[in-house]
Amino acid sequence: MSDNPLDRYEVVIGLEVHTHLKTNSKLFSPAPVRYGDAPNHDVHPIDLGMPGVLPVLNEKVIGLAIRLGLATHSRVNTRSVFSRKNYFYPDLPKGYQISQYEEPVVSDGWLEIEVPAVSEGGGGNGKKTGGTTIKRIGVTRAHLEEDAGKSIHDVAVAGADGTHIDLNRAGVPLLEIVSEPDLRSAVEAGAYLRTLRSILRYLEVSDADMEKGQFRCDANVSLRLWGSEEFGTRTEIKNLNSFSNVEGAIGAEIIRQAEILDDGGEIQQATMAYDVDRRRTRVLRLKENADDYRYFDDPDLIPLLIDEELIEAVRADLPELPEQKLVRFRDQYDLPAETIRILVASRPLADYFERCAAACTSVKAAANWIGRDLRQALSDGGRGIENSALDAETLAVLIGLVEEGRLTAKNARDLLPELVAQGGDPVSLMEERGLEAVSDAGVIDEWVMQVIQANAGAVESVRAGDDKPLNFLMGKVMKAAGGKANPGEVRTRLVEMIRDSA
Amino acid sequence: MENLEAQRAALEASELSSLELVSAALARAEAEGRSLGAVVGLRAEAALAEAAESDARRRAGEIRSPLDGTPVLLKDNMVMQGEPTTCASRILEPFVSPYDGAAAERLQAAGAIILGRANMDEFAMGATTENSIFGPARNPWDPERTCGGSSGGSAAAVAAGVTGFALGSDTGGSIRQPASFCGVVGMKPSYGRVSRWGLVAFASSLDQIGPFTHTAREAAWVLEAISGHDPRDSTSLPEKSPDLVSALTGDVSGLRIGLPKEYFVDDGADSGVVEAVRQGVAELESAGAKVVEVSLPHTPYVVSTYYLVATAEASSNLARYDGARFGRRAEGVGDLDSMYRRSRSEGFGDEVKRRILLGTYVLSAGYFDAYYRKAQQVRTLVRSDFERAFEACDVIAGPTYPEVAFSLGARLDDPVSLYLGDIYTVSANLAGLPGISLPCGQLQGLPVGMQLLGRSLDEATLLRVADAFQRRTDHHEQSPPRAR
Repeated sequence: MSDNPLDRYEVVIGLEVHTHLKTNSKLFSPAPVRYGDAPNHDVHPIDLGMPGVLPVLNEKVIGLAIRLGLATHSRVNTRSVFSRKNYFYPDLPKGYQISQYEEPVVSDGWLEIEVPAVSEGGGGNGKKTGGTTIKRIGVTRAHLEEDAGKSIHDVAVAGADGTHIDLNRAGVPLLEIVSEPDLRSAVEAGAYLRTLRSILRYLEVSDADMEKGQFRCDANVSLRLWGSEEFGTRTEIKNLNSFSNVEGAIGAEIIRQAEILDDGGEIQQATMAYDVDRRRTRVLRLKENADDYRYFDDPDLIPLLIDEELIEAVRADLPELPEQKLVRFRDQYDLPAETIRILVASRPLADYFERCAAACTSVKAAANWIGRDLRQALSDGGRGIENSALDAETLAVLIGLVEEGRLTAKNARDLLPELVAQGGDPVSLMEERGLEAVSDAGVIDEWVMQVIQANAGAVESVRAGDDKPLNFLMGKVMKAAGGKANPGEVRTRLVEMIRDSA
Repeated sequence: MENLEAQRAALEASELSSLELVSAALARAEAEGRSLGAVVGLRAEAALAEAAESDARRRAGEIRSPLDGTPVLLKDNMVMQGEPTTCASRILEPFVSPYDGAAAERLQAAGAIILGRANMDEFAMGATTENSIFGPARNPWDPERTCGGSSGGSAAAVAAGVTGFALGSDTGGSIRQPASFCGVVGMKPSYGRVSRWGLVAFASSLDQIGPFTHTAREAAWVLEAISGHDPRDSTSLPEKSPDLVSALTGDVSGLRIGLPKEYFVDDGADSGVVEAVRQGVAELESAGAKVVEVSLPHTPYVVSTYYLVATAEASSNLARYDGARFGRRAEGVGDLDSMYRRSRSEGFGDEVKRRILLGTYVLSAGYFDAYYRKAQQVRTLVRSDFERAFEACDVIAGPTYPEVAFSLGARLDDPVSLYLGDIYTVSANLAGLPGISLPCGQLQGLPVGMQLLGRSLDEATLLRVADAFQRRTDHHEQSPPRAR
């Protein structure tokens, strides 16, 4: 038997994503939605489930749900109903969560993900071709619900041995987006999540920051023999809060289930948790002991009615979606596919690129600088593109200096962290620091000659036909030039002068 | 000076100040109110201060409404900021509300003086006001008898003349039935007429706040003050407070009164009750109304339907009383499950537990379709029964309750017989219709209530008929022996 379970079993994955909607106040109360406030400060009697309070729907979420529905080619239901999901837990103040059950606001859609292409032949023996292919993943439904508070079981708080409840999160609006079981690998699951997150951010439906718990995922995983029509028994891995955890948990669960099936066992329907440190999944509770949530329509709320006019108004106002932008960039800019993917992954980055490219003589240079160097500088400085002090037009000026040969790429790159943090004018910075590139041929020749004379051995090797020491010699010249020489010119002169000095 | 109309007249004629009125009401509340078990909490100091403010308004000619300066009691399930709200339950005994409910707000905006809180069945579950941590409320007509429930304290207080009016809540008859037992007017408005913001929920789709008064005219004043759209209650209707007083013309000529044949069957209500109601209807007929027979064919199913819907909603509404955040928490619990279990076991009384269990059962997987879903379907049928009936008539008349007030303790061991007594009242809640109970006679010295039901949002017609009846009769002027 092959060691790889994927040779024997087809993996079937469906994902449930909980994403915080971008609103100022909660789903059913006027309390603010803020992150990082002191515990239990962002609460209203409604969030506390005080006697006599009633929920009132925050209408902002209607437009956000419609946007997500349209972006996932789903049906936006003109009537949806809020239900109560009843269970006891200390971070659930009312003893029930208001959610949508039988009639969700959004249903029956799909989105497309880009996945590694697999050669024909199917089965587990398909080979990766190295290319990518587009796969359509069904979106079963998306429904509105309120988040619960947080239980902090704390031994970390000095002197505390109890459980602390923070209800700041209680009532924060969520959209739960449920996929069809169309995903076939951890990699596809990751691609789906990244695509979905990118859509949510593009549409400003959610900030979808996983670290803040704004984008959380439960994964339903089952295995079946290749060729089998029926689904295997599935397990649900709860509360995956990073992409690597999603992929790691699914991988671990595949191995766990395959081992059981290989031994002739049966998978038991269960809720699982992922132990990140041990890279293993474990059973939290079996589904046969599952809670009966006693769903029923919430009598405190009326059905959510959405008229076609509103749907059309939201559609007319919909920004360009990632997939549309991808296609347009491919048509409009002559850039490598990978670069386009990087630029399009975030709407602010794509917008920044387009502004910069418009101000640049070279679209390609703009793409490279933004896709590589600027992103690096931002990430090193711990900032996002939105709070870069270097605007797109100023970056175009910097790129222009490099293109004109007035500033070396290295010196330009070295200026980026400062520009990103504090802003400033690239030309004056270059002049103040004396970074302007030396283009005087005589001066460059002088540096080259010094290096040739001081490194006879390396020069000899080059002459003998070995190009390897050339980079070493280049480095020496650039060092002598204090980085201010144009590397292309240096290289040309170095080769010529080595040849001529023979 | 114990009914609202007389109080209003005295205030307007400057024969009395609000301060005097409220002081006297506080004294009666401390005496009769407490001895009847009708009053369970007073805010004397605040009430007196507010009465003085009302007097100042009156002197300045800035009276807010016909209710300005008049004392009122709230059933102990309507919250008021800084005041306790117990729902007559151990589990809420220590609860003090951090916010104002709509009923309290609107009454205060109308200038009424909230005196305190009236006794009730725990969480409004019951028909006798015996399920209360404060002990039973008694009927002013005979203290050994029940005043009805669940808003029994409010009914008894008004009947005993403690205040001229009071608010109750009606989920299946909890205003109309005690009104009938105590010989006062009790009105349940159309569902959505009065905001439920701050009304502690029993069954959200059925609960509605309404007034107890002596006359239909007084009920119109109170309803005008407390009704109208409230954005904090999603089920509040987008209607302005209706003009009810101008509908009280005394004219019922040509008005069609429907008598549902199902309400007048042989094994139905006590024959003395039926007789009094028939006489009441005859009085309206003699005033020019036409009597027609109508049919409400689903009447045999309304009580079961009601107890399925009401208990299901209650089981969920009462989940929040878990000892975690407010109210009473059991002492000495070691873990979460025992905190829940013991707080709830010790905090709720038997009737509340019975209904939570019933409701949890009917919502459970495997039973939901047979019980809860079916009850919702029957509810739709009940609604269409009324739609059809109201094609043939303008109001429906019948008994409020199958009998007059019975002895305290008589039904404690027989909850089902108590449930069955709700047969005439629960339909209005299931269908969301307005209903009013008004005294129409006596049986063995105890008041009999006649119930009138109207079309949704047609409180005006109901009050017009009730007012016309009271212009021609003196049943509403009878007072119980104690207050005499």
